[in-house]
Amino acid sequence: MPTHLSYEFNTPVYKGSTSFETGLFIDGKFVDGSTGSTIDVINPATEHIITSVSEGTTDDVDAAVAAAQRAYDTVWGLNASGLARSNLLWKLAQAMEAHADELSAIEVLDNGKTFGWASSTDVALSINVVKYYAGWADKLTGQTLETDSKLLAYTRHEPIGVVGQIIPWNFPLLMFVWKIAPALATGNTIVLKPSEFTPLTALRMCTLINESGFPPGVVNVVTGYGHTVGVAISSHMAIQKVAFTGSTLVGRKIMEAAARSNLKAVTLELGGKSPNIIFDDADLEQAVKWAAHGLFWNHGQACCAGSRIFVQSGAYDSFLERFTEKAKQIKVGDPFDKGVDQGPQISQIQFDRVMGYIESGKNDGAKIHLGGGRVGNEGYYIEPTIFVDAKPEMRIVKEEIFGPVGVVIRFEDEEDVIRQANDTMYGLAAAVFSKDINRAIETAHKLKTGTVWVNCYNNFHPGIPFGGFKQSGIGREMGEYALHHYTNVKAVHINLGNVL
Amino acid sequence: MAHSVSVKIPKLNKTIEVPTGLFINNEFVPSVDSQERIETVNPATEEVICSIVAASEKDIDIAVAAARQAFKTTWGKNVTGWERARLLNKLADLIERDAQELAELEALNNGKPVKMARDFDIGDSVQCLRYYAGWADKITGQSIEVDNKSKLAFTRHDPIGVCGQIIPWNYPINMWAWKVAPALAVGCTIVMKPSELTPLTALKLSELAKEAGFPPGVINTVPSLGPVGGAALASHHDVDKVAFTGSTVTGRKIMEAAAKSNLKKVSLELGGKSPHLVFESADLEQAASWAALGICYNSGQDCTAGSRVYVQDTVYDKFTSILVDRVKALVVGDGLEEATGAGPVVSKGQYDRVWGYIDSGKAEGAHVLVGGEKRQSKGYYVDPTVFTNITSDMKIVKEEIFGPVLSVGVFKTEEEAIALANDTTYGLGAGLHSNDANQCMRVSSALEAGTVWVNQYNILNNNVPFGGKKQSGIGRELGSYALEEYTSVKAIHWNFGDKLDWPLY
Repeated sequence: MPTHLSYEFNTPVYKGSTSFETGLFIDGKFVDGSTGSTIDVINPATEHIITSVSEGTTDDVDAAVAAAQRAYDTVWGLNASGLARSNLLWKLAQAMEAHADELSAIEVLDNGKTFGWASSTDVALSINVVKYYAGWADKLTGQTLETDSKLLAYTRHEPIGVVGQIIPWNFPLLMFVWKIAPALATGNTIVLKPSEFTPLTALRMCTLINESGFPPGVVNVVTGYGHTVGVAISSHMAIQKVAFTGSTLVGRKIMEAAARSNLKAVTLELGGKSPNIIFDDADLEQAVKWAAHGLFWNHGQACCAGSRIFVQSGAYDSFLERFTEKAKQIKVGDPFDKGVDQGPQISQIQFDRVMGYIESGKNDGAKIHLGGGRVGNEGYYIEPTIFVDAKPEMRIVKEEIFGPVGVVIRFEDEEDVIRQANDTMYGLAAAVFSKDINRAIETAHKLKTGTVWVNCYNNFHPGIPFGGFKQSGIGREMGEYALHHYTNVKAVHINLGNVL
Repeated sequence: MAHSVSVKIPKLNKTIEVPTGLFINNEFVPSVDSQERIETVNPATEEVICSIVAASEKDIDIAVAAARQAFKTTWGKNVTGWERARLLNKLADLIERDAQELAELEALNNGKPVKMARDFDIGDSVQCLRYYAGWADKITGQSIEVDNKSKLAFTRHDPIGVCGQIIPWNYPINMWAWKVAPALAVGCTIVMKPSELTPLTALKLSELAKEAGFPPGVINTVPSLGPVGGAALASHHDVDKVAFTGSTVTGRKIMEAAAKSNLKKVSLELGGKSPHLVFESADLEQAASWAALGICYNSGQDCTAGSRVYVQDTVYDKFTSILVDRVKALVVGDGLEEATGAGPVVSKGQYDRVWGYIDSGKAEGAHVLVGGEKRQSKGYYVDPTVFTNITSDMKIVKEEIFGPVLSVGVFKTEEEAIALANDTTYGLGAGLHSNDANQCMRVSSALEAGTVWVNQYNILNNNVPFGGKKQSGIGRELGSYALEEYTSVKAIHWNFGDKLDWPLY
């Protein structure tokens, strides 16, 4: 029997119920995994099991790929017009809108982010992303190229085929739509592996995908572990492209597997150690607020978290004092409670990891200015934590922590801070705070990152591309740019009169 | 004072509520200074449907002021692309919801069959709105590298501003959508003058625009007589752009008025005398079907009507006999009746005009192959009429008739065919039928028309641009190209690193 979840929410911020299939979603049906085993899904706020979902295997990935290929060859791919794809994506967005609060609640239960954040940001932005790509589906134009009067030369922007997508646990629903929306808009079919930690909103979406009218096999979801399902996808000979968001460590493995198997195209959204540079002449009040949002949003579990905060010496003391005040105001607690800003970290593993970094920071001689400990003794809650007096070689300065832990670093010299900011294998995002816009622009142009925020942080928009330089990734998501990665360019030369 | 009327449709046993005031700032209002009314007529029965308020020049001023105010406050750069997208999609939903009723009203006022109004006119209009909704949050300019040291150079694609839009009577709802969608998608506000012959569906659509949630003043609808409302918009000093679809004669006046007043931007979709070329390798059965479609669809009241067909001599007899069969198969009647494939022409004025051309054809010596005889019953009917034995100087061959009247000629060579096709001041559409791919390439290249159909005719798609060469128009509608007509590009040079030494030398 494929698994199923029925859940009653009776909380201060949301009351309602949900009931949906949680088996593997293959060819439009929910099925058991080939071994019948299941994966426990844990509520990070309580550490208790919410439910168990079917576990996928290599054989299940094969079945999903076969379904996706069949759909691509018959009812999707070049067989479905852009207009048809647009209409289906639009219907999906409307279905999400109709179930917005329910989706938010499931996300909170599974991931631990607060209901306020889930509904105002995760779910809202997800809906907008689907609508945005619905609008692109019938606007995919190639070029006609003038050469000579007897040659009709043009390009077609064709879908690639069956694409594999592997998404993380930090923004489960948002990452789901960032992946499926551009892929579907361009005509690809999909085999997607959600994180084994947070499969629930992806599975809820599968029912909505069916209800919206997508033909069976167009979207397939195989829940499972990285070392089984993830490996199967990245090394599958019939998957033509793989998109992965997660750690740099795993990203390497994906790319290696892609090279070894069938040289499938690869896009990666990996880690970061993003610098937030705050000059003397910044609007300090604003800088403090944005810096807090930049670091502590999603409990620090964001690839673009502003985890190295460089403050020019003239503003350092004032900034640190106000920033600490702001961090103290963050209320950590049950994500379904009113007035809570920060919920638990996602899992025991992550909790241990983050606490491990805090330990390492202390051992290396950095000073804990705020926090550094667990909150309560049930649920993976960690205090907002600020380190000062850190040195560049310390692990807490070099490595991605992925928790509510940041380092505040004093700097004097503009050139030196840019050097320090760029001195990392990562290159995902950065921010610059200054009232002198000339200085801000010049600095922004020198930072080696895929996104630079000037006088803001963590700003996202479906039309603005996002992705990394260096070891933070390959390729871009969002905007028109995402479409390029799901498209194969074919050049057609029609000889209409040149005789050999 | 109520500004609506209950229109009874006995044939359908229905009543439709129709607003009759001017739609300004989301309200239906009377004229401020005029008692003039416009009477709308059912062309199948010649009976008056109802009368509506006719806007005066002063009313146009008020509408323009409302559009300007909205542009400065709630629309233009004050509204995000995704909000514009949301509203356009909502409007599309509402038109879909009311499609049957809108189709019946369109059939009543314009004469076209209800099912065509619903499935084609309205179906295409809904998709058009959704298509441009999809563009609304994707208006991108360029960031341009100059030298990486001195300046941030980029472009912004601003909305032009207040747009006057003047639409014709042949596809009232569809032409409304083609105009409104791209303008709203990029952030312009609108003063729309629907045709005085067919204003009713524009007024109903205005109700839906309000229901969808567009702020007051974003869309204003001011039915009026052409010489009053059209002229007022074209010469208004606070209208930034005028878009007109209609006759070439009127198009000239619009452009003149624009030049004389404030040099407002102008886009025009004008007339045509679009040719089909049927080559000997063509699938004649198909070519004849497309040619019949080209002249009979919408009773020939189409700017791209394929009103001239030139057939290669080797297949002339065979083709014309198939064509006659196709034309005779069409059922012409009341648009409210199920069996009707095409309705009457829209008005007495058009009826007289078209029959005048048919008489002229006969008088100038062309031969009537099919049709050419007036009905004795009520209704502005013109049965499809095909002339052969034509010469290039005949009025029926040179001038746009805008009715189901076809001139069929003959040619020997490809060069001759191209010359005949291009021998016109118009350049809107053209069709060529041939199974020789090289020929298709040569001929499609050589035809001086904004749209060339190869082995097809008259089928348009919302994402493919449409417009005229030569005196058929200026600018393009549909596709991404339409966005340019409502966009004004601003280049910004933001200096962050350049210091000026003065004096220079």
